[in-house]
Amino acid sequence: MNPDLIVIGAGIVGAAAALAATQAGLETVIVESAVPGAGVTGAGMGHLVILDDALLALSARSLELWRALPDHAGSEYRNTGTIWVAETADDLAGLAQQSIHLEAQNVTSRLLDGASLQALEPDLARDLPGGLLVPDDAIVYAPKALAYLLEQARSAGARLLLGRRVTRLTGGGVRFADGTTLTGAVLVATGSQGSELLPELPIAPRKGHLVVTERASASIRHQLVEAGYLRTVHEPGQATVAMNVQPRPEGQLLVGSSRESGIQDPGVSPGIVARMLRRVFRFLPTLREHSAIRIWSGFRPATPDGLPYIGRIPGRGQVWAALGHEGLGITTATGTAELLVDLMLERRGRIDPAPFDPARRMLAP
Amino acid sequence: MPEHFDILVLGAGPAGLAAARTAARSGLTVGLVDEQSAPGGQIGRRPIWLRPSRLRPSRAFRETIDALRSDSRITYFPGERVVACEKGPALVTETPHGCAMLTGGSLILATGARELVLPFPGWTLPGVMALGGLQVLAKGGWPVAGGGIVLAGSGPLLLASARTLRQAGAQIHAIVEQASRQAVLRFLAGLPAWPTKVLQTLAFAPGMLRMGYETDAFVVEALGQGVLEAVRIESRGRRRIVPCSYLGIGMGLIPNVEAARGLGCALEGNPHPAVAVNAFQETSQRGIYAAGEITGIGGAELARLEGAIAGYAAAGNLTRARALSARRAHWMRFGAHLMRQFALRDSIRQLAEPMTIICRCEDVTLGAIDQVSDAGTLKLLTRLGMGACQGRMCQPALAELRPRYRPGATSGIPRPPLFPARLETLAGLAPGEPL
Repeated sequence: MNPDLIVIGAGIVGAAAALAATQAGLETVIVESAVPGAGVTGAGMGHLVILDDALLALSARSLELWRALPDHAGSEYRNTGTIWVAETADDLAGLAQQSIHLEAQNVTSRLLDGASLQALEPDLARDLPGGLLVPDDAIVYAPKALAYLLEQARSAGARLLLGRRVTRLTGGGVRFADGTTLTGAVLVATGSQGSELLPELPIAPRKGHLVVTERASASIRHQLVEAGYLRTVHEPGQATVAMNVQPRPEGQLLVGSSRESGIQDPGVSPGIVARMLRRVFRFLPTLREHSAIRIWSGFRPATPDGLPYIGRIPGRGQVWAALGHEGLGITTATGTAELLVDLMLERRGRIDPAPFDPARRMLAP
Repeated sequence: MPEHFDILVLGAGPAGLAAARTAARSGLTVGLVDEQSAPGGQIGRRPIWLRPSRLRPSRAFRETIDALRSDSRITYFPGERVVACEKGPALVTETPHGCAMLTGGSLILATGARELVLPFPGWTLPGVMALGGLQVLAKGGWPVAGGGIVLAGSGPLLLASARTLRQAGAQIHAIVEQASRQAVLRFLAGLPAWPTKVLQTLAFAPGMLRMGYETDAFVVEALGQGVLEAVRIESRGRRRIVPCSYLGIGMGLIPNVEAARGLGCALEGNPHPAVAVNAFQETSQRGIYAAGEITGIGGAELARLEGAIAGYAAAGNLTRARALSARRAHWMRFGAHLMRQFALRDSIRQLAEPMTIICRCEDVTLGAIDQVSDAGTLKLLTRLGMGACQGRMCQPALAELRPRYRPGATSGIPRPPLFPARLETLAGLAPGEPL
């Protein structure tokens, strides 16, 4: 009855990995201590986006895999595309570079001048110089996407153990809170709690806020992200905000984004929300009059160098990690899963695993 | 710059008005905030507040309103909706034109109650609404006359609503009380302990019979193609169809505890928790008081007394506050009497079918709810309670229909805003300012 692989954590990354492992023929068990998706997965926006940084190849491959999933309507998958919006001429020049980088990964994109930007998204401020449309980016409703992946994994033969908390790794498997054990290779996919089982891997939660508006006839059709967004992602230690707005299929808008490090309090921080909204009004002035129905916060599991840990943990035998995806876990869940299974089965994959090797950042024991 | 008062009062219904008056009488400055454009609260605009024969407010109510107008220590902020409360205490309010912040030495919460509506087949048809909503329509000049109205649910508010609607020219086709005839008679038999209630009831009695008041009856289904055309009423095991254009539903009242919960005040009671208070109406949070229906449903008289006690106590006038405690106890017994005799029969909780929508904001059916087994998954997968009303409608209904989702299981600390707020309001808060 002992499985080949024990996946700890039924968030989006764990679920995608369990599905890929099961499809590759591994007998897989997924263990979840709370409710699937109650961690990072349920708090995010569900934007499937290709980022032009060290995660470019992984996110581009992940989008291909999302599109290839059968019947992904259950994820509330919608192909909205992303428009990266420039504020300055420098931003626009940067987007031109981004377009070239995307093309190298066979990702289509189209540079927009100010007029075409206005034509596509009339709510954007008129003085904006242009943008970059990435038409194949998409959105999902992450909890539904997770439920869909879990169901796919289950029907492929994976087992789901709910309400079971792993207290430690035994070397050849896991020990549960009730004292029982399970033997097999282990994948730790517990998001921001990853350090509890793998203290050698530093993960610092990075708090974010999202505001959701009332259903209204907002004319926004694409996910809109300001060109400077990546700068805010890559400024550890700073409290940063960037415009990042998603139109939901129901007519609501998800309005973000903020990043704060070194904060444990999950409560809403009014100051950063105010800063975030003012930044959004710079790009979308008409949003001032929209009504917010709810604000919430969540914690992105961030690593010191901004790259996730994907791979085997040196010195622990068959213990693997898929952790620290910061704000890109929904997008890269599928690519992460493929990469991991390739590594486990010692197959040569499409993505270079070296940048994500957990060994790079291990703390001295 | 925030405006500061010795006492902030949230809500200008019976409890809030009494609190403002007694606090001001004790020599303190009072900021009274209310989302309505006129004082009186939800009930205050109903005939329960009016003299039986003439459309004039009762003396106590008139005096309170006069005090509000003439007492320079009370500053009244009508039409301002509180979008956030903070310990301190401070209130962030939104008006049609902007936002403001008020701070106070202490805070008296008098946020009242709302109607409980338990879903049944067809309840989302246009034309079906809560009693309060129907009255607002009638008073706002919406033509309710002619079409025919059925009122259904439980308790004296059915009768009070019927009176208002008739005054607006409506034709009441039936008043359907779910409580048994024995329970209603027991309620009436107990009334002499509260003579003013006997008088109110006598004022309703003649109209009641004319308008087809019946006990042991409830609406099991609302019928119509796209809009309400009729209701199916079950009475003592027999069913019949009554044509109507509007159905007003009121199955009792539930306390509006969201602001109190957001401030960390302890709640008590199930399935619809109320704010826990001590003998001086103080909550578990020092300097934050609660009065009226949010501490338990008991009617306007009890609300006025609790408000007065809270106002005196917040002003440090404990002798005056103590002097009212016996009368408060007397009216608390009335509240208990009311709740006991008009308790909902269980069959009303069984009416919803798998296709019946429970959460209107997110279109979640009872069938979808029954496919999951825990509150966390329910919220994540169905988005129940995550829409515009933030669970105000569906959570109490669900607590009745499916006890495993009673508050505590599904409700954490509510996050700001308390009510939908303009993004500009939220953006106006500078770093460091409480929200």
